[in-house]
Amino acid sequence: MGIIPILILWPALAALILPVMPSHRLRAAVVYTASAGMMIFAVILLAGWISAGGGTTVTLYAETELADHLMIAGDLVLMAVVTVLSIRYRKYPVIFLSVAQTFGVIWAELVHPAHGGMHMRVDGLSLLLSMIAAFVGGMICIYAVGYMKAYHEHHKEYKDRTGFFLSMLFLFLAAMFGLVLSENLIWMYFFWEITSVVSFLLIGYTRTEEAIINCFRALWMNLLGGLGFAIAIIYMSLELGTVQLTDAVMLKAALPVAMLAFAALIKSAQLPFSSWLLGAMVAPTPSSALLHSATMVKAGVYLLIRLAPALSGSLSGQLVSFIGGFTFIVASMMAIAQTDGKKILAFSTISNLGLIVACTGIGVEETIWAAILLMIFHSVAKSMLFQAVGSIENSLGTRDVEAMHGLILRLPKLTYIVGIGIAGMYLAPFGMLISKWVALKSFIDAHNYLLVVFVAFGSASTMLYWTKWLSKLISMHRTNEPVTDKTHVDQYISMYMHAAIMLLLCLLLPWISFHIVEPIVKTLFGNAHEVLSMGVLTTMAIMLISIIFVPAVMFVLTDNARRQYVPIYMSGANKGDNTYFINSFGEPEHLYLRNWYMKPQFGMDKLMGPSTVVAAGVLIVIMTMIIGGVM
Amino acid sequence: MDAVRVILYILLAPVIGGLLDGLDRRISARMQGRQGPPILQPFYDLSKLFSKEMIAVNNVQMLLNLSYLVFFVIAGSMLFAGADILMCLFLVSTADMFLVMAASSDSSPYSSIGANREMVQLMACEPMLLLLAVGFYLATGSFQVSEIVSGDISAIAAMPGFLIGFLFITGVKLRKSPFDLSTSHHAHQEVVKGLTTEMSGTTFAIMTITEYYEMVMLLGIVALFFANSTWWSWIIAVLFCLIAFFIEVFIDNVSARVKWDKLLGGCWAVTLVAGGLNGLILMIIQ
Amino acid sequence: MAKLAKSPWLLHYDGSSCNGCDIEVLACTTPKYDVERFGIINTGDPFQADILMVTGGVNHQSENVIKQIYSQMPDPKVVVAVGICACTGGVFKECYNIKGGVDTVIPVDVYVPGCAARPESIIDGVVKALEILEKKREAYAARKKAGA
Repeated sequence: MGIIPILILWPALAALILPVMPSHRLRAAVVYTASAGMMIFAVILLAGWISAGGGTTVTLYAETELADHLMIAGDLVLMAVVTVLSIRYRKYPVIFLSVAQTFGVIWAELVHPAHGGMHMRVDGLSLLLSMIAAFVGGMICIYAVGYMKAYHEHHKEYKDRTGFFLSMLFLFLAAMFGLVLSENLIWMYFFWEITSVVSFLLIGYTRTEEAIINCFRALWMNLLGGLGFAIAIIYMSLELGTVQLTDAVMLKAALPVAMLAFAALIKSAQLPFSSWLLGAMVAPTPSSALLHSATMVKAGVYLLIRLAPALSGSLSGQLVSFIGGFTFIVASMMAIAQTDGKKILAFSTISNLGLIVACTGIGVEETIWAAILLMIFHSVAKSMLFQAVGSIENSLGTRDVEAMHGLILRLPKLTYIVGIGIAGMYLAPFGMLISKWVALKSFIDAHNYLLVVFVAFGSASTMLYWTKWLSKLISMHRTNEPVTDKTHVDQYISMYMHAAIMLLLCLLLPWISFHIVEPIVKTLFGNAHEVLSMGVLTTMAIMLISIIFVPAVMFVLTDNARRQYVPIYMSGANKGDNTYFINSFGEPEHLYLRNWYMKPQFGMDKLMGPSTVVAAGVLIVIMTMIIGGVM
Repeated sequence: MDAVRVILYILLAPVIGGLLDGLDRRISARMQGRQGPPILQPFYDLSKLFSKEMIAVNNVQMLLNLSYLVFFVIAGSMLFAGADILMCLFLVSTADMFLVMAASSDSSPYSSIGANREMVQLMACEPMLLLLAVGFYLATGSFQVSEIVSGDISAIAAMPGFLIGFLFITGVKLRKSPFDLSTSHHAHQEVVKGLTTEMSGTTFAIMTITEYYEMVMLLGIVALFFANSTWWSWIIAVLFCLIAFFIEVFIDNVSARVKWDKLLGGCWAVTLVAGGLNGLILMIIQ
Repeated sequence: MAKLAKSPWLLHYDGSSCNGCDIEVLACTTPKYDVERFGIINTGDPFQADILMVTGGVNHQSENVIKQIYSQMPDPKVVVAVGICACTGGVFKECYNIKGGVDTVIPVDVYVPGCAARPESIIDGVVKALEILEKKREAYAARKKAGA
């Protein structure tokens, strides 16, 4: 267990030296070393935990005065960074949020210190998150090496700050390890704030006007969440005399749980705070993949999973499950009207996080099982999708889904990666769907019919936007426009690894359920019954085999079939090939096919406003009830 | 016993589906004052389609169409084997997705309009299908088809709203007017043959056979509402399947096609009102 | 008559017709004539059609279209020229923009004369086409067997 400080400090060290690396080659070397090291240390930690018995919760570090003081200093530095940047860009209200929470927490820590208790904790859930951060995060950093090179070749107008960018990615990973391994809320708060600030700095990377607006929006929202976190800490140290996360859950203290859940909802970009994640898409793709999809937004979900036993059956739990379910359906509908690939991924991220959040709000064993599984699958699939879309953008010069018509013939390798990612996101019988099945079942058992309806309708719109995209990719449309694949080998290494992990996850699903997810649920709830019965597993096995083998067998069967190839039907007006037809003036006209986006029905401008109002209204009313109940 | 039912489904569904289709065309003709084709006409059509030359616009459509067929057969087999109905419906969605991809792979104007409309149809039906599974779970306490049909009283007693909702979307699934947007069984329409425009000979035959499997499977779900542990309930179930089929044919003949937004809005509204309310009441009663 | 003959699907194309014959073709599907009782369906899609039915003479605009949709029909297939214009060009034969009958572009199997062709004779023409179709099918099957 002594490896923990190294695990946290190693990427932090990489973050320190990366900005001063003078050349691309040296930076690449540092990134590869740092990522490999991170993965190795995470595995060592895991191995240490398993050899110590496995399935147990290990708490560490009782006396940590030096670290505590360093963290106070760190909090102040973060506050200073926020303050300076806010003054420079004239966003003064942000300063208030930052100052209030930083001094609040420091005051609570110094004036009302809570004694006793451990500062760190290693258990299944925190290890799972560490593994995701180490492997998915490490690979995204490797991807970023190649991506940033291509990015700046493509975008000459932005200043090349690759060293800073990579450094922030590693700083974030260090914070992420700290966050998931912390037991003490003050420690967790420190890491939580780092992730907020790093996210802010990365969104503002290009320093365009849009980027500045979006990064400050992300900042104030996340700081508002941080304020909620700070209030929870202050209340706990004043009233309960403890700042341990476990105590908050065990005591089911209404206010701290609600405040922490509030912070987590913002971190996970749930309505009414979803707009920050959408704005975050202006940042270069690796940061979208790492922070805004695979890991950082999972920090919110992670906290909610920790809180789940306290949320179950409480008013906060109902709030969380409503907000989650509502976000699931609204975000998936808004995704329909998007043409920008990254925007679709962003909405899909918000929507899927909504489903996970809804599961945690119900807070029983089955829903947590589903939440954890969804989290694993979503991290890998989304990270892969973001990387593939980023690579496609570098090659095509656009990430518009309309431009991806017939991509399977133009960039086949990237298309297969996107295809695997999309299949993993919604097709039977991949993990997402199994989790949805379990979630639906437990929503019924929990007598939450509203969530059942949300899931039923949300699944329908989820299906539409993925199928739409997939069918765009698979169109066998031969164009004469040349496309060169500008994807660097670093990027392919990362994407292939992701694809391999994705397929392994699908194949090993029962194993993962029995040996990873169920023990975690057991640790959280004290008991766990088997979520997947033998019957379900058999069904799943049949489905899995069929989805892999049916198309393959059909391919072999039909490949040799003799066929006469003819042009597509365009009322007999083709101009010989399938790309031009003769128009009414007798002139050749290019065939252009467009997907449906249903903007008047599902446009963001139509749905975002009302849904934000509804979510905010519910949030305010229930929060007032919770606070009123405590007073 | 399960295996027997599955084998019977795999072997007989195309036959039953074909006969029903023949009956449909005959009844429709009579409603229009025509004599109509022989009952066995769908089989003549199929055997002709298989004897035609293979023409294609690309090399993947056939493969995707076959996958559509196989997935549907698996989904239907799961239903008739008494497996989990929710899983079965999930698999139906996956199968449908292969059809959409088969149509999109052509990259042709008419089939892509058809594919887009098909996607909207899928989206329109999906909530009702999922809620239907939820309804069975609430009414009988299980997602397992084998347990749903072994209750003492038929599920219909608890879920009449779901039946109305399901019959509504069955019209969409069977591509019956007013919901035959993506492709229609009737000749001459604005999108030529919609998503089947570039499907020819064997490929189109596969699509047709899959529709027969789908038809039998949907009627199987209708039967689930009525079947219980008594033997005579199965007779009522079969009878009602025929009535349901007749209702769909009747509506097909008396209505004109709607636009996609009416289809989506209509299906979702019916789902919410019929299925949603019924489910809510069931949940409150429990 | 087997297979094909029991399920001939039509593709109707209007070369440059005055719509007189077109109306009569459509009349065939009405209750009075009801061609569906022979399994005949008026499909709009060359990919699924067995019989190409052309009305009107061929002009320079429709020439390529006829060739193309004919090429998009799978073998075995037959062509029926309906109405005198489709057979020979009719009264428009000498017009500057008319090429002549359908047989100037693609091989025609059955000629149905008339101006406009009567539904009875159209149905009769289709029935004649079915015999030719059946022969073509046998020839196609033999060719396929030999080829495979």
